Amino acid sequence: MKSTLSGEKRTKRALTIVFAVIAVVYVLPIVIVLMNSFKANSYVNTETFALPNAASFVGVDNYVKGMTFGNYPFWKSALFSLFITLTSSALILICTSMAAWYISRVGSLFSKIVYYLCVFSMVVPFQMVMFTLSKTADVLKLNTPWTIPVIYLGFGAGLAVFMFTGFVKGLPLEIEEAAAIDGCGPIRTYFSVVFPMLRPTMISVGVLEIMWVWNDYLLPYLVLDRTKYMTIPIHIQYLKGSYGTVDLGATMALIMLSIVPVIVFYLTCQKYIIKGVAAGAVKG
Amino acid sequence: MTRKRKNDGAALNSPLIRRPIKHCFALFLLPTFAAFCIGFLYPFAKGIFLSFCKFKLTKDWTWVGFSNYVKAFQDNSFAHAFWYTALFAVVSLLLINILAFAVAYALTRGIRGTNLFRTVFFMPNLIGGIVLGYIWSMIFDGILSRYGTSILLNSTYGFWGLIILMCWQQIGYMMIIYIAGLQAVSEDMLEAAKIDGASGWKSLWHITIPNMMPSFTICTFLTLTNSFKLFDQNLALTNGRPFIQSGGETIKTTEMLALNIVNAFYANNTNRGVGQAKAVIFFILVAAIGLIQLRATRSREVQQ
Repeated sequence: MKSTLSGEKRTKRALTIVFAVIAVVYVLPIVIVLMNSFKANSYVNTETFALPNAASFVGVDNYVKGMTFGNYPFWKSALFSLFITLTSSALILICTSMAAWYISRVGSLFSKIVYYLCVFSMVVPFQMVMFTLSKTADVLKLNTPWTIPVIYLGFGAGLAVFMFTGFVKGLPLEIEEAAAIDGCGPIRTYFSVVFPMLRPTMISVGVLEIMWVWNDYLLPYLVLDRTKYMTIPIHIQYLKGSYGTVDLGATMALIMLSIVPVIVFYLTCQKYIIKGVAAGAVKG
Repeated sequence: MTRKRKNDGAALNSPLIRRPIKHCFALFLLPTFAAFCIGFLYPFAKGIFLSFCKFKLTKDWTWVGFSNYVKAFQDNSFAHAFWYTALFAVVSLLLINILAFAVAYALTRGIRGTNLFRTVFFMPNLIGGIVLGYIWSMIFDGILSRYGTSILLNSTYGFWGLIILMCWQQIGYMMIIYIAGLQAVSEDMLEAAKIDGASGWKSLWHITIPNMMPSFTICTFLTLTNSFKLFDQNLALTNGRPFIQSGGETIKTTEMLALNIVNAFYANNTNRGVGQAKAVIFFILVAAIGLIQLRATRSREVQQ
């Protein structure tokens, strides 16, 4: 008995060591990007895996250069990315949760049709609508960072409405009835009674939408006027795509700048992110 | 006033809530519905319509019937992209799920540092496809340039490069779902098996795995649809390179379906109808996978 126990302990210790090695390998790509963001351009391709040395080290030059690289200031792309992500996610959360409450409490034929159309939209790939969507956005002047959240609300409504409706159906009706008897109108019932109860689903949906919008490339690329507005993914793709000789050092610096906020966001809200993503996967 | 209240009392259940909300349609449902029409319904319907037309811009269309579909099916690059995507989907499905399950299984054995490992493995999932593509293209080229080649020069490297990238990105995600599944397997059953003398492998094979079939279904379909819809990573890593000439046509050897469709739209300015027809075919393919998944999840819910 004693020997099997210690055997189990030994396997566990071995597993810890194996996983520690794998974990190091796992973060290595990001460490390599960090290393290369401090190297001069010509060394990135030839000495990719070497630490920056006296010859290749250029300090923060790449970061300074990257800021104005490609005729468009990077901080502007970053701000547009941030703005579009926050406004779109907030708009989706508020509008679709209200819609989901309406759908599950009214249950009319029209609201059922809207619900099934939303579920249907979840299986439609973006390529199906991309051309007509970008033309529609142009016509309706929804092609600026200030108005693109409407497009995100429209194309992203499906999953959000689906998840919220699933959750609202499980909420006890008695609480809302009590609020109604106490004299709350639907608006007050929603905002002071239902909204607080939706918190867990708000977090799940919020995490999914933030990750989607922040990383999205094709939708903003097709919808926005690229000479005036860029987001981080568009900016990085533009650097690589349109330059014959890319400054790899500066590109690595920009990639680092675009990963850091994501990693900070992840490490601070890790619990919610993992939960939200798992919930979205199971339901979606 | 009093009569109305009485009526409500008679059917207390939802009219108390239903009727007032119904009056607030404009506030609750209309914003989402209007945006949904702009962002999905109208473009979708128009997309279906335009797939039967020859057009350059959405305004100047002429009806051509099924000829766009015929052209799409005759297009060798489209067929190549389909088979390439299918092969990619199968290989990544097997690799990602086997590795993710193995990691999840090991991380539920109560080894030290489990939380740290979980955090690390999940992290790449949050990085966007374009950025991921460039990170890995730098790494692969850093290795391959020593042998005088590049990921853009050899389609085999391009294929396995994309597989490695997708494994790196998705194993953590699937691992989370498998961990949730593993934690739901009843401890009593495993203990009973242990008392009956079942070895670790035996109880894994006969108890754990059959009891977490739902997780396998979800992950299988997720990896499948992710592979079929893959675009950003494909664009950023190889963008279809290397190109080969075959019968007067240029075949982009590492181009997947989504990228093929985008290229059909924006490289061909005379008739975008073929691109739209390809998009409809693509939609039917992806929707079919999605609907089978929905069915599988539904029927399982009934069983439980």
